[in-house]
Amino acid sequence: MKYDLVIIGGGPAGLSAANAAWEDGCRSICIVERDRELGGILNQCIHNGFGLHFFKEELTGPEYAGRFVEMLKNTGVDVRLDAMVLDVTPEKEVHIVSSASGYEVLEAKAVVLAMGCRERTRGAIAIPGTRPAGVFTAGTAQRYLNIEGYMVGKRVVILGSGDIGLIMARRMTLEGAKVLACVEVMPYSGGLTRNIVQCLNDFDIPLYLSHTITDIQGNERVERVVVSEVGPDRRPIPGTEMVFDCDTVLLSVGLIPENELSRAAGIEMDARTNGPVVFENMETSIPGVFACGNVLHVHDLVDFVTAESARAGKAAAAYCAGVSLKNENVLDIKNGNLVGYTVPQHIHMDAEFKAVDVFFRVRAICHQSKIVVKDENGTQIAAFSREHLAPGEMENIKLPRVLLDKAVGSITVSIEEEK
Amino acid sequence: MFDVTIIGCGVIGASVAYSLSKYDLKVLVLERENDVAMGTTKANSAIVHAGYDPEPGTLMAKLNVRGSEMMEDLCKELSVKYNRIGSFVLAFDEENLAHLQKLYNNGVENGVPGMKMLSAEEVHTMEPNLADNVCGALYAPSAAVIDPWGLCIAEAEVAVRNGVELKLNSAVTGMEDKGDHVLLHTASGDYETRYIINCAGGWAHEMSAMVGAQEWEAFPSRGEYYLLDKSSGDIVNHVIFQCPSAVGKGVLVAPTVHGNLIVGPNAQNVATPGDKATSLAGLDEVALVSRKSVPGVDLRQSIRNFAGVRANTSEADFIIRPSANCARMLHVAGIKSPGLSAAPAIGEYAVEKLVEMGVELTAREGWDGKREQIRFKELSIEEKAAMIAKDPRYGRVICRCETITEGEIVAAIHSPITPCSVDAIKRRAGAGMGRCQGGFCGPRVLDILSRELGCDPMQIPQDGAGTELLTGVTKGGNKA
Repeated sequence: MKYDLVIIGGGPAGLSAANAAWEDGCRSICIVERDRELGGILNQCIHNGFGLHFFKEELTGPEYAGRFVEMLKNTGVDVRLDAMVLDVTPEKEVHIVSSASGYEVLEAKAVVLAMGCRERTRGAIAIPGTRPAGVFTAGTAQRYLNIEGYMVGKRVVILGSGDIGLIMARRMTLEGAKVLACVEVMPYSGGLTRNIVQCLNDFDIPLYLSHTITDIQGNERVERVVVSEVGPDRRPIPGTEMVFDCDTVLLSVGLIPENELSRAAGIEMDARTNGPVVFENMETSIPGVFACGNVLHVHDLVDFVTAESARAGKAAAAYCAGVSLKNENVLDIKNGNLVGYTVPQHIHMDAEFKAVDVFFRVRAICHQSKIVVKDENGTQIAAFSREHLAPGEMENIKLPRVLLDKAVGSITVSIEEEK
Repeated sequence: MFDVTIIGCGVIGASVAYSLSKYDLKVLVLERENDVAMGTTKANSAIVHAGYDPEPGTLMAKLNVRGSEMMEDLCKELSVKYNRIGSFVLAFDEENLAHLQKLYNNGVENGVPGMKMLSAEEVHTMEPNLADNVCGALYAPSAAVIDPWGLCIAEAEVAVRNGVELKLNSAVTGMEDKGDHVLLHTASGDYETRYIINCAGGWAHEMSAMVGAQEWEAFPSRGEYYLLDKSSGDIVNHVIFQCPSAVGKGVLVAPTVHGNLIVGPNAQNVATPGDKATSLAGLDEVALVSRKSVPGVDLRQSIRNFAGVRANTSEADFIIRPSANCARMLHVAGIKSPGLSAAPAIGEYAVEKLVEMGVELTAREGWDGKREQIRFKELSIEEKAAMIAKDPRYGRVICRCETITEGEIVAAIHSPITPCSVDAIKRRAGAGMGRCQGGFCGPRVLDILSRELGCDPMQIPQDGAGTELLTGVTKGGNKA
């Protein structure tokens, strides 16, 4: 089976990429989705707050996904549901299995990677103690509640203040559970401010910053957890222990882009994002393979996933139409003071564009600051003022072509705090 | 009336049951948990030791080397994952080198094949990621890595298929020696048996004490581990031990049969064999000591921590002998390391002991020791296509990290020992063993289990009895 474009993943990233590629004239597209319906993780995000940027209105997750699924119905994009991709080769052969069609190899001119991310687990952060039932990642708990219709606990402590954990604090409370505390190892929250307010403060759920769970107790079911304050090195401080009697621990301790297929295909990865290294058009180190959404870097807002994925879809359509960019005149983007990563990491200066959107996260809370872009000579080519920057909120800046053309060598993005 | 009752179905009880199933006997296995392989069998280093550690002349020495000889063919016969990758014991100084020579001599005396003392240069050529100050190693090519719970489940399944009765959720609560038989009281009722084989692991001393005085003291010793993601699985190619010291055998670093990296254990005395908690201090110790061998071990790649408890006793050797309290009870106790390595040989040896105690054996007619397990991800493309054509459930991937299909999960559910928990599926089919630790497939496995077993999802445990995952239905939620 041959397609111009195969998109791996039918969540918000894959859906947006497909629609954008179709709009730009690509007429042979297939989305491969492992679940029985399109929409990805949005289907279990039944709370509202999606679409404020993109649709200028508040939608629930399924509604947001539904808009894109509707758009897709007016296209000729093929969709393979309940189908798992086992392998993507550098030659862009996509190996898939499904109950309906068995083992198939899809030959593609271009591939968009849109596999999303997974949650970090208890094992990833090595929480000591016993291993009873009642320890769930927040997303798994969300699936049990919102898709399966089951409760997973009555007295809950949430570790990590990522957005899913905050959302689940409210969700569990509304379902009659008592959420005793949300515990965050960092001195700041990893989630959006609006979620802290709407999901914790509004329900009087205390947030313990610079604290972590240092012991899980109970043999069959969780019976209690010990929470300790941590020092600047994030190690527990003896003598600060608090005990919470609870039957459930929900973990919201970070997301990891799901790049096993990308790695196996030999795509160059960025250790900072855990995603592929990409150019301004979302193209990876393998020409014709693009990446977007949470497989590339973890986003806070689906609206930005949609916009980024549309860029990937357009670029993939252009690639299929024969536009291929040479990796000769490339501008590298480097990370300076307090900048954790940037996406993209490279810019094709031979490409046609008016401006490049650069996304990044800062490594600490910054108050009145300037985002400064300098070239290799130290010449400032752009600067942007911000009142507040936080690791929990993805930042972006727009760099116009005219400024990039002036840069000598690579450019570096850094933060300068103004006192 | 049973001829023989085995108490405990870890890898030792299962090995004994497997060996006994070859004979025309009425055999019962009693297991206190809701599945087999629930104790130390599922929480250990998963190594088949070569056999240079035990003192020559001990049961440990004899049974370890014999077990290691038997293991490869047995695993092939039972479709159990096994990989003979060899082991290194590292020396960091002259004193260590002298100790390695002693181990080498032990090994020769114990009959360990193919050992070699390696120079620093040879070691670093074969294992480039070891610490620079490693100055030599004892290489034992016959050491292997194995799936320990897989071995236990496979042996127990073959035993059950060949007529052995297995009763789960059947903790033994008392025994009465009636002279010509023993009456056993258990959580699932009373059973009469002519002979008992005590394979109760860390609790074996309690079994012995049910019919008289305690015959030895138990000193349970806990070991904590890190299991790392497959991305770290090739940092070493052999099982890497450190030269043992007065404190213990040290921390090993080894690739697992599943492609992960295992790092551990430490050794901590605990009050009961049930104390399987991990601790901050213990995990820190494991991290620190492991870096002495392999400085580049990246514990941020951890996917799971666990602890297992060694069945250490007041006796140095394995305790395999008739009870002093009851002539009808054979102890197979104090089976600490290298117990897994010795397991198949212990099974054989226990049968010999039973004959000495008066049991007469005749071969079971039609005994079938072959067991097959389909692992979808290990099939060729053509075989995968054929498998899905035959049963479309093999085309639906349920565990994305490990590529485990619905077909494999359903096959596990309908295997000879019906699994009732999400983790029982993990041990059989491998779903949930990967980097997301069941975050993705857990709800799906629970759903398949409830469908195939015809039970309410609310009743399905994560693992042992009492570990049900769900606590209720949501408002207006599932009415089923």
